[in-house]
Amino acid sequence: MSKAMTVGEIVGSLESGMTVGIGGWGSRRKPMALVREICRSPLTDLTVVSYGGPDVGLLCAFGKVRRLVTAFATLDSIPLEPHFRQARQDGAIEMTEYDEGMFMFGLYAAAHRLPFLPTPVGLGSDVMRVNPDLKTVRSPYEDGRELVAVPALTMDVALVHMNRADARGNAQYLGPDPYMDDLFAKAADRTYVSCERLVDTGDLLKEGPVQSLLISRTHVAGVVETPNGAHFTDCAPDHGRDEAFQKLYARSAGDPEKWAAFRDRFLSGDETAYQDAVRVWREENR
Amino acid sequence: MSTETAAAADATRAEVCAVACAEAFRGDGEIVAAAVAGFVPMLGSRLARSTFEPGLLTTDGGPSLSAEPVPLGAAAGEVEGWLPFRDHLWLVLNGRRHVVMGPSQIDRFGNTNISCIGDWERPKRQLLGVRGGPGNTLLNTTSYWVPKHSTRVFTEEVDFVSGVGHDRGAYEIRVVVTNLAVLDFATPDRRMRLRSVHPGVTVQQVVESTGFELAVPDEVPESRLPTAEELRIMRDVLDPKGLREREVPS
Repeated sequence: MSKAMTVGEIVGSLESGMTVGIGGWGSRRKPMALVREICRSPLTDLTVVSYGGPDVGLLCAFGKVRRLVTAFATLDSIPLEPHFRQARQDGAIEMTEYDEGMFMFGLYAAAHRLPFLPTPVGLGSDVMRVNPDLKTVRSPYEDGRELVAVPALTMDVALVHMNRADARGNAQYLGPDPYMDDLFAKAADRTYVSCERLVDTGDLLKEGPVQSLLISRTHVAGVVETPNGAHFTDCAPDHGRDEAFQKLYARSAGDPEKWAAFRDRFLSGDETAYQDAVRVWREENR
Repeated sequence: MSTETAAAADATRAEVCAVACAEAFRGDGEIVAAAVAGFVPMLGSRLARSTFEPGLLTTDGGPSLSAEPVPLGAAAGEVEGWLPFRDHLWLVLNGRRHVVMGPSQIDRFGNTNISCIGDWERPKRQLLGVRGGPGNTLLNTTSYWVPKHSTRVFTEEVDFVSGVGHDRGAYEIRVVVTNLAVLDFATPDRRMRLRSVHPGVTVQQVVESTGFELAVPDEVPESRLPTAEELRIMRDVLDPKGLREREVPS
């Protein structure tokens, strides 16, 4: 019952126009190897659901995004995501902008097959103005409070990156924060897990307690080992954020010529070529 | 001159700002201080916890609630709790939280914008996005940190309401601490008021750096100076690298 796949097989199973959820948070534990493969693919018109980081940036830069559903896009140590900014300023993407907590409730609703979850969050803010489809409900109890009915963030596919997984699709995080990856996995019709290391099922608890088994195989359609596959985002404890490379990415993104050079050097081949190019760049900049 | 006064007299502007941020947490008790806006408010929250507000819960900048206030940039050491992003977002609803955010624009009622400049449909400058602004301001005590007080930040209107102000249902916008002054909303209609100016700053300077009409009392006091003990804690314990000075150059 192995669900082991290649990045090519996973991305090959996606279709243009799909709604794709991406786990992680900002520039942390993003399934970048899968994101890079989408950039190489002919896929287009995607609706991307993400607590955005360079995943959103890269997909925007490669013209893959029709609509973005998010609360932010950031590189964390660099506050603003340059390609996301450019795409918004060019009017190249549509956006559904939610508060972080509303977004989480949308995930919880989808994960539990509920049409919506109520929260006061959003009331009074311009989130209500720019999302005219958002409806409110009134508490049927004595309080009679008005609440925002955050619709379920359903998605065709979710992509998450974990520290360890087995070939069955059980997946484990070893860092300090699970982010919302389990919710993405439950919210999507189909979830693919990339991981730093694929291990035997019997070895999963050698590195972390049972509570670190965040995602169950019941929610996973395929799994792929992508060492350093979250690069350049943080993937503690396997590797931290590659701050120097992230700076190079952000600097390059601000200038068409530099961006062409960056694409040419790092993103013109497959994932192995990417990792090799990064290694060479690191040697040069030691 | 007592040693206390002598020490306070050489306090930098950044240190006065950090103390003003610490003061924002006075009386908060056992709640989470989420000072995400920068080094100065983060230092302020840990300073408050180290001195007059020992019940506060503070993080190391990550998901660990540290057993003691830790220096800026240091990992937690001993840990007393865990607060991953999802629990932060639940805690917003629960309410035991005081957040300090950094606005790109703020108006007289404390409505703030961190989302975009210009028209949302196609912004002139895309910023972060609303992040947790709508929930934080609606449900938690919120304060703001503005490292560069100017008419670009203090605007007649904000282009996008990502954080709600007192005229849109804010729970409590407590104070706005800037590199020049401390502002609050202690007016009958909860408009912004000048509470104090930092040493060396004139009322006129603050008024000129604010893009809307500020309520200015007849007597504007000076912001509280750090005590000798507060200076020692900031300089020797919580921020020996002087990150605060980078945010507010003297």
